[in-house]
Amino acid sequence: MVPLSWYVALGAGLFVIGAAGVLLRRNVLVVLMSLELMLNSANINFIAFSRFLGDLGGQVFAIFVITVTACEVAVALAILVTVLRNKATLEVDEIAIMKG
Amino acid sequence: MARTPRTDSGAAIRIVFQGGTMETAFFLLFAGMAVLSALVVVVARNPVHSALSLMVCFVQIAALFILLGSPFLAVIQIFVYVGAVMVLFLFVIMMLDVRKDVHVRFRASAVPALIVLVILGAEMLALLLGSGHIPALSAAAGPDVAGSVKELSLTLFADYLLPFEVASVVLLVALVGAIVLAKKETG
Repeated sequence: MVPLSWYVALGAGLFVIGAAGVLLRRNVLVVLMSLELMLNSANINFIAFSRFLGDLGGQVFAIFVITVTACEVAVALAILVTVLRNKATLEVDEIAIMKG
Repeated sequence: MARTPRTDSGAAIRIVFQGGTMETAFFLLFAGMAVLSALVVVVARNPVHSALSLMVCFVQIAALFILLGSPFLAVIQIFVYVGAVMVLFLFVIMMLDVRKDVHVRFRASAVPALIVLVILGAEMLALLLGSGHIPALSAAAGPDVAGSVKELSLTLFADYLLPFEVASVVLLVALVGAIVLAKKETG
């Protein structure tokens, strides 16, 4: 069986890659995608610990994380479409205020 | 007589699988693919390439969920992330004109962010290597209760019923909020 530390290391690696995308990229769409990556790496940890502890709570929390992520993406993309209608830019540094 | 080699090879395969060699190989394959596609998400010039690469990464993570004995979560992962979230992303990418800022990928002041990232990675590595609990957990893995969808649904609807209802309310609020936000203002 693959040891738990490998899964945790994979989760940490994906989290750092996602954080790099959030901090370094200028395109707001890619920033949102990197955010999805970070949430998914947390899910890997939840399910790995659920498997190794023999407790189903981790899987239930992964389901909640997926639910909240779906909501977040829907609202974020709706905000993005509205912002783009007013400002016509995708760069994160340009979209510093929410007021159109 | 003809049957003997077949049972032998079957037993050999079972021994290899119990030894975990095959599982380790699959883990390394899926993890390597996931990390590579995640890197492509971050460095790709075209947002469409980022989205497709992120889709590959999600499929690899779903395969890892199957490896961890939770097929239900793997199916949910494919349905929600690959099926809904990524289609939403691609729809928005193709609806918007994204060819304007293709030429500059990264922000100008990258050094503080890189320092933060290095510190973050080193911290997590130090915690992982310094923890005594994680090897102890791997050594004494709990019972494999995770495979059963029935057990999962019992846990979800008995112990976590209130959070489940709250999650449905959150979904409804997000639905209404997205519609209200994306609606064109009249007048």
